[in-house]
Amino acid sequence: MRILVCISHVPDTTTKVKFAENNTRLDQTGIQWVINPWDELSLTRALELKDDAGNGVESVSVAHVGPVSAEPTIRKALAIGADAAFRVDAEPRDAYQVAAQLKKIFETAAFDIILCGIESSDYNGSNVGSMLAEMLDLPSVSAISGLRIENGAIIVTREIDGGKEQLSVEVPFVGIVQKGIAKEPRIASMRGIMQARTKPIQLIEPAPAEPLTAISTFDPPKPRAACKFADPENPAQLIEWLQNEAKVL
Amino acid sequence: MSVIVYTENWDGKFKKLSYELVSYAVKLAEMLQTQAIALSIGDVDDQELKTLGRYGIGRIIQLDRGPLSHFDSQAYARLIADTASKENANVLIMANNNAGKSLAPRVSVRLKAALASGVNQLPVSLQPFLVSKRVFSGNAFAQMELKTDTRILTLAQNSFDLAENPADPVIERSVASLEAPPSGTRVLDIQKQSGKTLLTDAEIVVSGGRGMKTPDNWAPLVELAELLGGATACSRPVSDEGWRPHEEHTGQTGKIIAPNLYFAIGISGATQHLAGISSSKYIVAINSDKDAPIFEAAQYGIVGDASKVLPALVEAVKKMKS
Ligand SMILES: Cc1cc2nc3c(=O)[nH]c(=O)nc-3n(C[C@H](O)[C@H](O)[C@H](O)COP(=O)(O)OP(=O)(O)OC[C@H]3O[C@@H](n4cnc5c(N)ncnc54)[C@H](O)[C@@H]3O)c2cc1C
Repeated sequence: MRILVCISHVPDTTTKVKFAENNTRLDQTGIQWVINPWDELSLTRALELKDDAGNGVESVSVAHVGPVSAEPTIRKALAIGADAAFRVDAEPRDAYQVAAQLKKIFETAAFDIILCGIESSDYNGSNVGSMLAEMLDLPSVSAISGLRIENGAIIVTREIDGGKEQLSVEVPFVGIVQKGIAKEPRIASMRGIMQARTKPIQLIEPAPAEPLTAISTFDPPKPRAACKFADPENPAQLIEWLQNEAKVL
Repeated sequence: MSVIVYTENWDGKFKKLSYELVSYAVKLAEMLQTQAIALSIGDVDDQELKTLGRYGIGRIIQLDRGPLSHFDSQAYARLIADTASKENANVLIMANNNAGKSLAPRVSVRLKAALASGVNQLPVSLQPFLVSKRVFSGNAFAQMELKTDTRILTLAQNSFDLAENPADPVIERSVASLEAPPSGTRVLDIQKQSGKTLLTDAEIVVSGGRGMKTPDNWAPLVELAELLGGATACSRPVSDEGWRPHEEHTGQTGKIIAPNLYFAIGISGATQHLAGISSSKYIVAINSDKDAPIFEAAQYGIVGDASKVLPALVEAVKKMKS
């Protein structure tokens, strides 16, 4: 069993995002890049599965679409424990174009389980994983919060409205991962960091795919009205405002 | 030319979200001077389908389940893409929920149609086709151009007002046909809790954070939610600690919701938490720290100890109700 974890890198969530050139692009100065939180959890789960020899996981690789400047993020994933990495040397432009690049990795090497995060915390698209599955004509399961291997069969748990569902999936498949897949992201050990330096990052030529969308401008969210305070001794006042002023009760 | 709206059903029934989608599609069709068509897949009877007509839909394509035993994104995406091509759709609308998120990207690839997910208003312009969407977990909005002739939009729940506009829809019923139904996934087990308001559907949400102190303090919070017909939620540390179930966790790594009213009780208002709730129409904060960042996001607030304020609020709501 071979697992591929697709990782994107995103500004650290505490970063104050700013825009440049008349709000037409992200201002990258001072941004701390981190592995997208769901991708970090997917990687953690993949490594947990590999740790248990009974699962028969041969290798865990990571895939990233992006320029050379993203290599620290890839090295971080290798330091956490991935065995190998693939990088498609293309500027990510939209979900469709990124999925087309990831498809190229799958054509270069075979994998049984491909994991993608449910969304990337920058453009909040939730699109890459399912697009990749469709491009590869593979089954996929979205919003999975559990993944295990039982006698060689893959069992996933997915969240549905008001509950949970367990499914068995044939490999190869694409799993789109949400919270719950692993408890805490695994962190790199000193030894992992040393080893990561010599692990291979295979460079892949971009596929000739054009994006279908383009962002023209960014706007900050509309400022909210200042908070109106009710007297803690008199919460009925708050209820009255909600009823008659906001009209939400 | 047409606008197609995919209306998912829950055990043969629609819900408010379905009518929001239809209201949106009818309005967009009007802007594009074309007709809106609803597409429904599964076991839905005519009486239920007709309810979509209240919001102005004139035509409904109903595909009975046929060979499909359960929801399979590969199979459903094919049916939706085929219908969109047959009806020459300019725009396809779906919900930005679990099903929509798994279907829309697949349909986008099949039709090579640009996709914008999580839109919360009508397009900003039709030529070029520009929509506004939430990015950086709510820290900004982007104007996105959809560059293909067919476009797909997924609409955020509770972001578009229902628009009543009665019509008597024509229902075209047929059986879903797939040459070879994909069989990659098999359902082993389903666990569903019934009767509770879903967090994503709730118009009022009462949410607690670490300031609730212990899991034993939740009773008045739950009571407040029940009295208001709402759902309960929590911050991430609260679900990490196991004080509340994981499904209740809202925020960047949890659920993203947009209720009409969100009570944040003992929640500091970290950016990651706000990322999940900042689209709420009204936020009420109850916090003992007057400088807590949650008050910058809230329209109404009470500075005070949750263990005292909550029971008093419950009493005030009971009084209002009687
Ligand atoms: C990658 C990443 C993703 C994350 N995703 C999420 C997410 O999705 N959702 C999320 O919620 N968090 C998320 N977090 C965590 C987030 O940064 C905060 O740590 C978390 O939201 C804080 O939870 P809290 O407000 O309940 O607790 P705290 O920050 O501890 O705040 C408790 C609040 O309660 C108040 N309080 C204390 N006692 C009382 C009292 N008696 N009465 C009233 N008020 C009182 C305090 O003044 C304080 O404001 C994420 C963090 C990271 C790094």
